[in-house]
Amino acid sequence: MIEVRRLTSSITAALAAVAMAMTMAMAAQAQDSAARQRSIVVASTTSTDNSGLFGYILPIFEAETGIKVHVVAVGTGQALEIARNGDADVLLVHHKPSEERFVSGGFGVDRRDLMYNDFVIIGPKADPAGIDGMTDVVEAFKKIAAGRVPFASRGDDSGTHKVERQIWRQAGIDASVASGAWYWETGSGMGATLNTAVGMDAYSLSDRATWLSFRNKAELVILVQGDRRLFNQYGVIRVNPARHPHVKAAAAKAFVDWLTSEAGQKAIADFKVDGRQLFFPNAKGLGP
Amino acid sequence: MDEIYAAAAAAFGLILDLDPDLGEIVVLSLRVSLTAVALATAIGLPLGAAIALFRFPGRRTMAVVLNALMGLPPVVVGLIVYLMLSRAGPFGVFGLLYTPGAMIVAQCLLIAPIIAALTRQVVEDLWAEYEEQLRSLGAGPGRAMATLLRDGRFSLVTVVLAGFGRASAEVGAVMIVGGNIDHLTRVMTTAIALETSKGNLALALGLGFILMTLALGVNAAAFVIKDVAQRRQG
Amino acid sequence: MTAGQPLAETAPILPLELDRVSFEAGGRRLIEEITLTFEAGPRTLILGPNGAGKSLLLRLCHGLLRPTTGRVIWRGPGAALGPGGPTRRQAMVFQRPVMLRRSAAANVAYALSVNGVRWKDRRALVGEALERVGLARLAERPARVLSAGEQQRLALARAWALQPEVLFLDEPTANLDPAASHAVERIINGFHQAGTKIVMTTHELGQARRLADEVLFLHWGRLVERSPADSFFTQPRTPEADAFVRGELLWPCAPPPEEA
Repeated sequence: MIEVRRLTSSITAALAAVAMAMTMAMAAQAQDSAARQRSIVVASTTSTDNSGLFGYILPIFEAETGIKVHVVAVGTGQALEIARNGDADVLLVHHKPSEERFVSGGFGVDRRDLMYNDFVIIGPKADPAGIDGMTDVVEAFKKIAAGRVPFASRGDDSGTHKVERQIWRQAGIDASVASGAWYWETGSGMGATLNTAVGMDAYSLSDRATWLSFRNKAELVILVQGDRRLFNQYGVIRVNPARHPHVKAAAAKAFVDWLTSEAGQKAIADFKVDGRQLFFPNAKGLGP
Repeated sequence: MDEIYAAAAAAFGLILDLDPDLGEIVVLSLRVSLTAVALATAIGLPLGAAIALFRFPGRRTMAVVLNALMGLPPVVVGLIVYLMLSRAGPFGVFGLLYTPGAMIVAQCLLIAPIIAALTRQVVEDLWAEYEEQLRSLGAGPGRAMATLLRDGRFSLVTVVLAGFGRASAEVGAVMIVGGNIDHLTRVMTTAIALETSKGNLALALGLGFILMTLALGVNAAAFVIKDVAQRRQG
Repeated sequence: MTAGQPLAETAPILPLELDRVSFEAGGRRLIEEITLTFEAGPRTLILGPNGAGKSLLLRLCHGLLRPTTGRVIWRGPGAALGPGGPTRRQAMVFQRPVMLRRSAAANVAYALSVNGVRWKDRRALVGEALERVGLARLAERPARVLSAGEQQRLALARAWALQPEVLFLDEPTANLDPAASHAVERIINGFHQAGTKIVMTTHELGQARRLADEVLFLHWGRLVERSPADSFFTQPRTPEADAFVRGELLWPCAPPPEEA
């Protein structure tokens, strides 16, 4: 996403046309606005939405409170930008340093730990890099780089991408010099990146939830897991009503309170794909 | 090939089950794209005809710009509309972002140049044929414009269909300004993108088949209407 | 024409005067300093081989083209009257008539509507005009499916409904078979009898003999000769006209007087 305030000046020429179309679109959407009074927008990551988590827990929340939750599922970087512009009421992402910067910048309030799962390295069964069963993710990345075997990276500044870059740094490897050679930055969501990995028999770093619910695994399997550094914490933040007075502060608080309550945490724990739990609630700070 | 068979099966399955989610998505897709086409037509037809008929400074430049805008990437339109409708943008107060209204605005901006540019071409060709006759009868520019749009109506149906095709097929713009929110702004193309990213390739392709069938239906309906009218009116 | 008809102004716009009118296109001079006056009454036929500038001259008179130099002036007292001035009192029929995509009757009604005739007055005028050209029974037929001859008659009906003081016709029978040409000529004479001034081009000598009261002979963009029809066909005064009348100058054979 691009800095809003800087760009607006350059596109004022389009305003007139937009204004006209919008007047008419407003009429078309008048019937929607009534419903929006009791609804909030949550900017979140693709992993939470694509895995089906929201599809499972939101109906429970909506039944209890009557508040409708609209999820915009994008990468963490874009989700942060949407929330920063005030286009969402709640932010639910998984990159703690960015989240803390978001709060300290005055964009959000009351960051809470919500749940966790972990990242895994997936790759072809044949495992040309020979990393199967390793528990040291940094060493595994070194072997991938040494073998120059294909690796599909998100390359989109998402939470997963930030973690992946952190691991490369720890391994002392600048993968970006190999970009386009064996290191492919897809610039896409987790699912699209996994599709790329499947298509090219490449390795990739994925959150476990997206991987388990992904339906096009083909010849790829989990090769490396269980490293402490692959811990994946999700946090939830309310957009600061002092900064964006239009946000639905009460409904947003109700949602965050519910997520971190007994009921919400139980709902998260109850969500399973193929009988396996994908997210582990830890709202009260119970890490592994 | 297995994927293709599975996709066809998935598509039939969804249709035969009268899947309510699918119905919702189809209805929203049609509502968004058809409204956008109606608005873009209301803007594009007079604009294109005016550029074809009126002589004013910058007319050629405008025609070239319009032709170039036909290739406007949906993602760019989506981004511009996002910046406009964002709470931090100039129209943020309307709260249109992540609504069908925002998607209509984006698609309208995307296809209005297409309709205007193609209309200009149709009207200009027709004007070459009609100019002397209409001027001889004493028709002024406004009257000539209305007459040419009326007489070009069969070609203009195709122009409008081109706009509809572009609107219903694009994913970049509605994804950004609509957010692909389940039960609110999810349309056929964003659903296809979503299922693809979930690895449900057969379901994604199945949705693609349904989208193509819808497009075929709209085009066939337009063709039949045009054909009947043309036979009746020569 | 009956009294009280909306288009019939009482004051005439004729005579039409061309004062040293020239026309250039693409750097070539196509009409060369023509000065002449059209008076009400006689049917004027403009003759000349292909490329002589006959059609251009008609378009300059009708106002579809602006002269490069010189002036086209309507001298009659009616020329200054009304919005639109003389343009509403003259009509033109082209070699290939343009039919709008609507019924024959609607094509005639369109011409009336453009010229400000109120909706309730149109019906009768349309009916009379179609009757006049023998198309009444095809009134509701789409104009574009009519035969070439019928289309040209419809173009004449469109002009008839406007009740013009002057009617310009540009080779109106060039694309028609003899029977259709004959019908068109009859209608043209009908205009003449109703008092409309006829100014018409043709390259067909027989047609000129049948219709002309006076002849303008053009060659290479110049007005070579203007004579009453009788004397033009029997004793042309210029060698070019003589060759043309004898059928030897159907194609331009001499080089233009000056290469531009």
